[in-house]
Amino acid sequence: MLAKRIIPCLDIKEGRVVKGVSFLGLRDAGDPLELAMRYNEQSADELVFLDITASHENRGLTLDLASRLARVLFIPFTIGGGISTIEDIHRIVTAGADKVSLNTAAVKNPTLVSQGAERFGSQCIVVAMDVKKTGDHWEVYTHGGRTPTGIDAVEWALEVERRGCGEILLTSMDQDGQQSGFDLEITSQISSRVNIPVIASGGGGTVDHFYDALTTGKADAVLAASVFHFGTLPVPELKQSLHDRGLCMRLVTQNGNQAGA
Amino acid sequence: MILIIDYNVGNLYNLKNALDFQGLDNRIVTRPEELKGATHIILPGVGAFRPAMEHLRENGMDQAVREAVASGVPFLGVCVGMQLLFDESEEDGPSQGLGLIPGRIIRFTGQGSNGTRLKVPQMGWNKVNWQRDDPLQEGIPDGNYFYFVHSYHAEPEHPEDTLGLTDYGEVFPSVVRRGNVWGAQFHPEKSQNPGLRLLKNFSALRPQ
Repeated sequence: MLAKRIIPCLDIKEGRVVKGVSFLGLRDAGDPLELAMRYNEQSADELVFLDITASHENRGLTLDLASRLARVLFIPFTIGGGISTIEDIHRIVTAGADKVSLNTAAVKNPTLVSQGAERFGSQCIVVAMDVKKTGDHWEVYTHGGRTPTGIDAVEWALEVERRGCGEILLTSMDQDGQQSGFDLEITSQISSRVNIPVIASGGGGTVDHFYDALTTGKADAVLAASVFHFGTLPVPELKQSLHDRGLCMRLVTQNGNQAGA
Repeated sequence: MILIIDYNVGNLYNLKNALDFQGLDNRIVTRPEELKGATHIILPGVGAFRPAMEHLRENGMDQAVREAVASGVPFLGVCVGMQLLFDESEEDGPSQGLGLIPGRIIRFTGQGSNGTRLKVPQMGWNKVNWQRDDPLQEGIPDGNYFYFVHSYHAEPEHPEDTLGLTDYGEVFPSVVRRGNVWGAQFHPEKSQNPGLRLLKNFSALRPQ
């Protein structure tokens, strides 16, 4: 059976991890490479790096990071943030990222999704949607959650799927940072309507929250940041607990023997 | 020296990275004549079957591959590169493959057990259950997870060509072998330790 995926997300600014990270024994908690390797050992199934570098000039550092990661990290990783052209996608994929995550740029220019999928394959194109509940439906927001678009979340999910997007990263703005559980309703609505994987994000605090997102919420994967970074819910423990509750998870013990160097 | 065939479909550098990381000598090649004298060849691939096969035919690489395989060189197809080893695929209407392993490539039904719906593509980590001993599996425990992204899967004509099985609603061959030709539907270069080990095992295979 296909395992449910656990995906830590790292915010990167000018090539460094920002937001506190409190892994014990890390030489420098700001080094994305070191942190990535730690999550790799903990059997994280994928990693997402979100580039929040403000200036365009410093984006080169993210490309450099992608190529350094690709040389030592042999699980899939995604880079998102500030990607707005096919050339941007090309640069990131060539540097070694497996997937790119498009957010504001996809709303502004939906053909970017179609062209990206055509040129690099659907598996490469993730569309990140930040959604907020308004009345009885959910609205898509762009620019890091600052700009309402008037677009309905379910409609948008169907459109990006039709355009060849390979995966949806769905963040509930209402739940994000609350650690009070994922938005199960919109996650399940979107996941039942599309035929591509949905990654639930925003609100994961306890094992129950993750369990609910992967069952009631019908999510294929879950993404979180702080609970992993601060060690309140380490990846191996989370996976073991979900496994004990009957979900199909890839555990550290099933990660085979150390190969290579 | 492991040769990785570059025929303009997708990024090969992650495969190269996985070999480099383990100190396994390798080179990316683009011209058919470069396959002469190879000791190991990998055919990668992402995307759709038909354009991949067209790219392979463009400069006669398909013929060079058949000749290399006939000479007994250990050959590994990965993902769409594995699918191309078969006779044909039903993707975009029937398209001809390399015909090195009898059988065809068909789409997942998307039907789970007890009528549940499964998403197509399959994307993520799934187990491989090995059907018999093979040098490619050495040191890789049965039931280890590998990383998959695909909507189509192989249906070999001869059951003995199946080396590993995976369950995605239907049980399908995720590793195949016929003589000196191996194929993996998953991405070993993205499958952490078991994947790295598989590539290392491949590099140790002798001509058949």
